[in-house]
Parts: sequence; structure tokens; C-alpha cells
Amino acid sequence: MATVEKKTYKVIGTRPIRHDGTDKVTGRAKYGADLNLTGMLYGAILRSPHAHARIKSIDSSKAQAYPGVHAVVTHADLPEIGSKIADLGEGMFDIRDVSRNVLAADKVLYTGHAIAAVAAESIHIAEEATRLIDVEYEVLPPVLDLRRAMQADASILHEDLRTEAFGSVTDEPGPKSTNIAKHFYHEKGDLDQGFAGATTVVEREFTTATVHQGYIEPHIATALWNADGHITVWTSTQGSFAVRDQLSGLLQEPVSRIKVVPMEIGGGFGGKIVVYLQPVAALLSKKSGHPVKLVMDRADVLRATGPTPGSYMRVKIGVDADGRITAAEAEMAFEAGAFPGSPISAACMTVFACYEVPNGRVNGYDVVVSKPATQAYRAPGATHAAYAVETVIDEICEQLDIDPLEFRLNNAAQEGTRRVDGVVFSRIGMEETVEAIRNSEHWKTALEAGASLSQAGPPGSTQSDSEQKLRGRGIASGFWFNAGLKSSVAANVNLDGTVTLVEGSTDIGGSRASIAMQLAETLGITAEEVTPTVVDTDSVGYTDVTGGSRVTYATGWAAYEAARDIQRQMVERAAKIWDVTPNKVCYEEGRVIGPGDNIFTFRELAAQINKTGEPIIGRGSSDHNEPGGAFGTHCVDVEVDPETGKVDILRYTIAQDAGTAIHPSYVEGQMQGGVVQGIGWALNEEYVYNEEGVLQNASFLDYRIPTCYDVPMIDTIIVEVPNPGHPYGVRGAGEVPIVPPPAAITNAVYHAVGVRMRHLPISPPNLLHEILAKREDGKTQT
Amino acid sequence: MAKKRIVTTTINRQPVEFLCEPRQTLLEVLRDVLDMTGTKEGCSNGNCGACTILLNGRPVDSCLVLAVETEGAEIETIEGVATTDGLHTIQQAFLEQAALQCGICTPGLIMSSKALLWENSNPTEQEIRFYLAGNLCRCTGYDKIVRAVQDAAQAREEVSV
Repeated sequence: MATVEKKTYKVIGTRPIRHDGTDKVTGRAKYGADLNLTGMLYGAILRSPHAHARIKSIDSSKAQAYPGVHAVVTHADLPEIGSKIADLGEGMFDIRDVSRNVLAADKVLYTGHAIAAVAAESIHIAEEATRLIDVEYEVLPPVLDLRRAMQADASILHEDLRTEAFGSVTDEPGPKSTNIAKHFYHEKGDLDQGFAGATTVVEREFTTATVHQGYIEPHIATALWNADGHITVWTSTQGSFAVRDQLSGLLQEPVSRIKVVPMEIGGGFGGKIVVYLQPVAALLSKKSGHPVKLVMDRADVLRATGPTPGSYMRVKIGVDADGRITAAEAEMAFEAGAFPGSPISAACMTVFACYEVPNGRVNGYDVVVSKPATQAYRAPGATHAAYAVETVIDEICEQLDIDPLEFRLNNAAQEGTRRVDGVVFSRIGMEETVEAIRNSEHWKTALEAGASLSQAGPPGSTQSDSEQKLRGRGIASGFWFNAGLKSSVAANVNLDGTVTLVEGSTDIGGSRASIAMQLAETLGITAEEVTPTVVDTDSVGYTDVTGGSRVTYATGWAAYEAARDIQRQMVERAAKIWDVTPNKVCYEEGRVIGPGDNIFTFRELAAQINKTGEPIIGRGSSDHNEPGGAFGTHCVDVEVDPETGKVDILRYTIAQDAGTAIHPSYVEGQMQGGVVQGIGWALNEEYVYNEEGVLQNASFLDYRIPTCYDVPMIDTIIVEVPNPGHPYGVRGAGEVPIVPPPAAITNAVYHAVGVRMRHLPISPPNLLHEILAKREDGKTQT
Repeated sequence: MAKKRIVTTTINRQPVEFLCEPRQTLLEVLRDVLDMTGTKEGCSNGNCGACTILLNGRPVDSCLVLAVETEGAEIETIEGVATTDGLHTIQQAFLEQAALQCGICTPGLIMSSKALLWENSNPTEQEIRFYLAGNLCRCTGYDKIVRAVQDAAQAREEVSV
């Protein structure tokens, strides 16, 4: 479809104050935990102290008899359900696995796995009562090491698990139990021939630690199972319909009996799609006859929700004498956690997506281990893969003495490039993001004195062993597909010329504004004249999750359709008033224009609606799946203290193709937020387990996400290569900014201290270990 | 359960008397007893700063204060920052800079920023970053938050000149 010319935009590209802003700066916005209902009970959950154990018996009689306790539930209170795959927009789940995750069945599979829940008159009574529940365990050896888990003699998590094959593999599921849930395979061209044509080949292995999404608001759900059989759930979620549909499957109740009311959500990043507390609160409500509220504490969030997988990756890339990629191969294994479903498939599809790769092969494995079931985390899987590929490319650039931006321009994926997994790109902006960095002040400015590299231009390396802090610059690119999926909105024209916009996409980062602005642009009114409201599942059409960077693209498209629907009705109404046929009337920039001097402004005609006929309601829905791939290229300067291994980020610039930035401030916000999450992933964040599989750092003090003091300003360059698959050219902007940072920082650290970090995080002990090893190496050689 | 206590305080310039158990934190009393849910809970152990309030003018994590300790204290929460004259300059700056995404950390950040500008009307970027380091935000990367505080300081300077 034709993309509207950007120059005509009046609302798109401006920066209005978000509609929900005042509520959020005054404390009036109601998040999940802010809801209190009459007669409400408080719930608490008993969680497993073991990483892997069979549950032999559960005795909750003492808890049930405790004063103030109204109900206790376990997995036995959930209906028996068969295996059924549900697509929740950011990953596939087997609903039976979700059932066994929300309350453990015969086995506990990680420390923190929920076993039983209590509803009582206060949170303190509920917590005390959970301690009175006796659980008898048969403790089994945990499976904590990814590659060990893949071996034939490993301890088995699920006796019924067999390897499922995807892509062009044909291997049949083996007869033996395994921890390898899935095997993905993609191939393009002739790999051997490709490597034979290469003059430089670099092959490296990488590992990354488990990290968490780290949203500040813990999971929360309040449920009322009413006497008439209707269930209402108030919760913080990325997808109210996804919660409704999961509850329907888990509780075996029709969707018509379930209403999910989305409260304001305090961050999700992919981690608030699958249900944890919602079905448990519903069961407790059913048993007690009261509404029940369940809230996780921070330790539960870290040990029992999210995270994103730890990984093992091997990447091999071959380049010819002209610096062109001839072949690329990747083998990746991701920790799925307790149940199958890591984002390994996305990793396999994104791994080489930034480049024209004539010959490629990708193998990916989804492996269950004794850790929480992993969930989507911002461009799930792509960050891991980019870390491996982009650091191998940096090594190739060094060996060939090629500027890393020049290399990327020479090899950039373009319109028509076919990825190794077979998908052909439409118009994309990979090259433009590289150009944007090359033209940036950052790239053109040399690192200041004390810098370890050549001034400006391509980063060199330093072998200096001096005591001073050392500086380096790194480059990396990244890709994320973005999603389309389904959205619905309704828009009601008020008599004062304003429009109320009803939508189903929960707003995590300003999407009320970006959706309302597309409606306003189409109608030719201002953003402030639109009032967007996010409503429950009974009050709007089906809408997929706020995830996959899809909301501004897809719900924005639904808003565009609703506006077009309003335009048609306004034209008909004006024609009726003027007594002409509708084809003599047109809608132009907020005005309805008829024959002669007949003109109504939107506001003038709106005032006539009730006097001249039925109310005007626009409907819009979308199911478009040309979301336009998003690319970004990042440039970072770091300073390393070689005595401690501490890395400071000095300067950071991100260039990203957003297609068309609807509200540039919130696009920049996505870019900056993604970068800082990526910085945390690169430098600090990791799950630390002891040998028994107990998480040792389940708090924000010990699982240390970046603070204000850890990061500099993040400079943003919004590149706009309009997406041909959207009326306003929108591409999703939310996820891709997290993809390049670990690689860019790893490359910068190398150019500062000459050490290539092949394990994340680059925490001070890990980096110092490598610096000292290199120093020892240097001494032995001299 | 220990006997409940009556505590007399001033909250947002109004005298307030409440009944609480000795084990209840100020955060719990604000949210669950007084229904002032603008103060948020992110971790309940003083790590994230979402529950920051001003206690006798100083920013504290209300999850680390027992409610019974606030007898006679002056408390200011996010609900008391805007007045009938409108939003506070810090709140306005957060909106104009788009310094929030999900908004869960925003009340705590606004309280800390208010305390900062009270102590230091013209802070440097480093001083802002140091002062706000106890308030975690996972969405914004902090850039626009720091700029909002800079804008608020500037706006207040212009008013006082």
C-alpha cells in the first residue's frame, strides 16, 4: 500500500503530553496492587526450597485450621488438562506446562516453584499459614549446566519429553527421555563452498548468564469468582485477552465467563504475558467466596518469573579478500528453564539478519534445566545471537584492518536480501543506521586523552599495560522482526468535536498517545482532542499482547481504520444535511467539503450529529503482518580500570530505524531504555545459583540493574525509512534497542584493554580475570 | 498479633491519626490503611526507591520505616505534591520531557527530585545522578528523568529571579 508522504503530517512527529500523564505524576493512576475490594482476602504462596524434587505429599490441614485462613489450594484444585499449544504473541506455550508452573504437579522444577496458596484476612496471616503446610519431598539432582543437561546421562526433568524438530531437519523424536525439547535448523546455499571461498575465517564460542526483565512492579492479580460463575480478574498484564484465554484453558471455563480488567502496568518487557498468580487467585476466590488479591515480593519475582535464558553459542564467519561474507554458521543452545519454550527459534531467525549471507547454516536447541521457565525479554533471543555475531565481526574487521562501519555497509542486508531462515526483506533501514552513526558527532569525535585507540575512525587496539584507565570504542548492529497481529478499537465522536478512543492494548510506555495521534492525524484534529482509554476484555474487540513492538504499528493501524470509518460517516452525514449525494462530498484535513461553498469543520459537523441522525462511531481492527524489520547500529565509548576490571560507559549513541516516529520522545525513550537494559546485561546482571540450584541474589541489591549513576545520557538518532506495510510508515521501535549493546560494549572493552570477553556479564571479577590472564601470558612470552 | 497502636502524624499538611499493628511498615499503612496508593511498592527492602516519601523533609524508603515510628512526624507523599494551583514544576517537567514510560517509579522519583532541589537548587548532572541513584527505573534509561530535573531546576530559578 502507498505510504502517506511525511511532509503533510500535522500531529505525527510532534510531542504532545501523554493523555495518562497527569495521573501518573500525581500517584492517581491505578496499578494492579492499588485495587482494594470490599471483603477482599490476601493470598500468599508456598514455594519450593528445592531445585528439583518429587512431591510425595502435601498436608495443608494445619494451615486450613489457622485462624483467619479462608482457603488453601494446590495443583489438585486445577482441572486435569491435556497438552495444548497456545500462541501468546511473544512465544508459544503448552497450556499444560503453564498449569504445572502456576502450581507444581508431581514435581518441583526450580527453587521458588509455587506449590500451594493460602487466602486469609491479612497478608501476614496468609504468610504465616503457608509455613504450616507440610510438604514431603524426594530430592532429585538439579540440572544447572546447559551443556551438561544436553548429555545423554543427565538427570531428566520431564520423563515424557522427546526432542521436537523444526525447520528443515527431519530427525524423528528419539525413543529416550531428554532435556532437549526442540531442535531448530535453517540452511541457505552451500556452507562448505562458502567457507572454501573465504580468506579469513573466525570461529568462537560464547556463553551468557541468565538475566531478568527487571520490571519494577511485581506481579499482581486480584480475582473474584462470583456466585453466578463469572470470573473477573484485575491484573497488570501485557495482554488482557492473553490472560483471559490462558485462564479459559487452565480453569476449563468458557471465555464468556471470564473478564480481565487491565490495571496500569509497571513494566513488562515480555515477562508479563504468561500467567502466574491470576489462576491461583481465581481458585482461592472460588474456594473462599471472597475476592482474593495475590502479590509477589521481589524475591519471588526474581526466582520464579521471567527470566531470559543463559546460553551457549558457537559462531563461525568466513569473509573473502574484499571483506564480503561468504559463509556463516551458528550453533546455539538456550536454557528454557523448567519447561520448553526459550526464544531459541527467534535467535535462529535473527542471528545473521543484519547481513547478506550467501551461504549459512543455523542449529538451535531448546534445553530444559532446573531454573524458572524462561519468558520473552525485549527482542527475545536476538540479543544473545547479536552478542556472538557482532563480536566475531569485530574480530574479522581487526584481522582485515577494515573499518567496522565500512564492513557493515559492505555486507548490510537490503531490500530483497533473503535471510538464512528463508524470509526475504522488504524495504529496510540497516544501511541507513550505519550511515547515521558514521555521520554522528560521536563517531567523528576522537576519544579524549588517555584513549587507547587511534583518533577517530576505526577503533584500533591497545596493548598498553599502564596503570591509567583505558578507553575504547565499540560498534555493533542488531535486528528485530517486530510483530503485527490483531488489534481492535472503537472511536466515538462527541458533540464538542472530540473523540473518545476505546482500545485493548495495555499502555506500558506511552502507547495511548501514539495510537491517539494516528487517529488525530487521520481525522485532522489535535492529539488533545482524542481521549484514549484502555478497557477490559468485555468492552473492546480482541487485541493481542502489548509485545513484539506491535502496538503503535498494529493498534495504531486499527485507530487509522476507525478514523477512516468516521470520515465515511461524516461525509454521509454532511451529504444528508446538504441534500447531495455522498460522492459529491469529500473529507480533507479535518474538514468536510461539499459542492459550492459548503464546508464543515470537524467540530461544526460533530455538533450537528445528534440533530441529524444516529451517533457516529468508528470501528477499526487490524491483522496486518508486514511490520517492517527494525535495525539499529550503536556506538559506545568505555573506560576500563585495569586494576579492578570495572567498566564505565562514557558515551553512547544509538541510531535506529523507526520507520516513522509517531511521538519522537517515546521512540527516544524506547531507544534509551533498551540501551540501558543492554548495558545492565553486558556489565552486571546475572543469576547466581549455588550447587543445589538456589538463587543467591534474589534482590535488587544483589541482582544489580543499572542506576542513574551508572550511565551517561544516551544520545539518539531516529532514522526514518518508512515501512511500506503501514499507512504512516511505522516500524516497531521497542525491542531492537536492547540487541546491540552487549556486543558493542564487548568490542569497546577489547579496544580498551585488548581482551575479548566471550562470557557475559563483563562484571569486574570476570574482566579482571581475563586481564590478569593476559598479563601473565605477556610475561611468559617475554 | 500485637495490640494495635494509635499514631498521630501530619500527612500532606493535614493532621492524620491512624491505627496500625507494630509490625506494619509506613508503606503498608499508607497503601492499605489510608488508601493512599500513589506511593508504590517495588521490592519492600529498600533497594528500589519506588516507595520514597518525605519524612520530616528527608527522602526515605517508606518500606523501611515502621508506621509506629512516625508519631509526631511530618510526612509528604506524592498525593501532596500537586496543589490547587496545579502540578508542581517537577511533575510538569516529567510530563514535558516524557520522563516516564510505565510510571511505576515516577512517584518515588518525583519525591527524591523534590528533596534534591530543596537541598540543592542548581544541581549538576552528576549531582542529580548521584542523588537519584536510589530510585530504580527500568524503562527510561534515566536520560529524560535527568533532563526533567534539570528543567525543573531551571524553571524554579526563573520563577525566583
